[in-house]
Amino acid sequence: MTAYTYYPGCSQEVSNRAYDLSTRAVAKALDIELEELKDWNCCGTSPSYSIRELPTFVLGARNLALAERQAGSSDLVTICNGCFAMLEKTNLRLKEPDLGRRVGEVLGVAGLKYEGSIRVRHLLEVLVNDLGEELIRERVTIPLEGLKVAPYYGCQFSRPEGRYDDLEFPRAMDELLSWVGAEVVDYPLKAACCGGLLMTTHEEVALKLVRDLLRTAIDRGADCISTCCPLCHLNVEAYQGQVNARFGTHFSLPVLFFTQLLGLSLGLEGKALGLGRELVSAADILAPYSVVASREV
Amino acid sequence: MVTDVLDFTTREIDFEFGEEITPHLEELRTCIQCGTCSASCPTAYAMDYNPRQIIAALRAGQWERVLRSNTPWLCASCYYCAVRCPSGIEITDLMYALKRLAIERGIYPKGSPVLYQAFTGIVDRYGRSAEMELMARYYLRTLNPWGLIKMAPMGLRMLLKGRLPLLPHRIQGRRELAKMLDYMRERGKK
Repeated sequence: MTAYTYYPGCSQEVSNRAYDLSTRAVAKALDIELEELKDWNCCGTSPSYSIRELPTFVLGARNLALAERQAGSSDLVTICNGCFAMLEKTNLRLKEPDLGRRVGEVLGVAGLKYEGSIRVRHLLEVLVNDLGEELIRERVTIPLEGLKVAPYYGCQFSRPEGRYDDLEFPRAMDELLSWVGAEVVDYPLKAACCGGLLMTTHEEVALKLVRDLLRTAIDRGADCISTCCPLCHLNVEAYQGQVNARFGTHFSLPVLFFTQLLGLSLGLEGKALGLGRELVSAADILAPYSVVASREV
Repeated sequence: MVTDVLDFTTREIDFEFGEEITPHLEELRTCIQCGTCSASCPTAYAMDYNPRQIIAALRAGQWERVLRSNTPWLCASCYYCAVRCPSGIEITDLMYALKRLAIERGIYPKGSPVLYQAFTGIVDRYGRSAEMELMARYYLRTLNPWGLIKMAPMGLRMLLKGRLPLLPHRIQGRRELAKMLDYMRERGKK
């Protein structure tokens, strides 16, 4: 059994609980041990980095130090693009002697120390690179045949570092979804921006970005969008009503976490995957693939 | 004269930036003003100055004008500009640095940092984010009850789906976190 240290991220505690639930369920089904990082804190986060530098890196470094102390795996696995990018940025920047020393001094105040041994990763990339095609294919019990999915990665899955995937046209989710039988549509906006926090500070600007994401997915024939980031998910899913009100559109496109689609294909029940919590119902498009439905057949 | 103004590759940098921008000064010299950043930016159309203009303005010493603009606050941190820049300028990080400089100098479009400050306050107190409190604080501080009312239908639907966090999660180590934050604050470490 492969073991990793797991960093859920704040959004997964309630508003995107489905992402955390489906992550744990899928990991169990694939014999991956995800050991939650004990007492993890905020990743440092883009809003904090926008107004202060050192405290932001200290927040991130506390997590890295705790991960190191927890022993187990040296891989810290995130499921949020924002957490991933911020923790990776922190990990890289701490190698700079001056910043590393300044952050180390502050960590010392709390009796913490970070030696730099942790590798920050994203679950999507871990599944594709560490588990791979053969292992995942053989676990599929309900292939998602006929389900047309637009793979939406958002910005910070592969940018800015591009360590695990292409900077502009990542492939990991395309591959994973194709292994479980889904029909992955060519989605040119796959790594475009959802607006992020601008949805709160500059709503007009973000709504337009989301409208474009939805319209393109539909033009490409998608039945649903698959995401790997909770903020992308929130903007593209929960704000469809606002997009419709603003632009006079009639979008009602289900948006699912890639872990939920993967889980269904592994024969897991919808409840265990947090399905049913969507604001745009996915019940109709997922009915052919649910365990209950397949049992009735 | 004209050559002198345009030749940033040899000219001494003779303008005052904060320490926030200093790490980017050498990078700014290498900008060829091609506009790839602006063409790649999904929000440039709504900016007072696009990213290319921001760099030109900074090189011309117009930092105050830059800070008064909405540009850094419209950066969604998508990193398209940074990964496409032929000179390898970390433009997204420059935008972050400009926001921090704006805070330091107290020069920014009214209300711009409110969400960021509210967010940071919550994280410092609990160790984690708390979405419900964040939204409440944001709309209260921006004196925008209409914003909150507009959010109500979506909020209610989120609540019914069990997706609205009513209470914050507090980490156990929030005392040590507070100790570290106090240590930085007392010593003016930013």
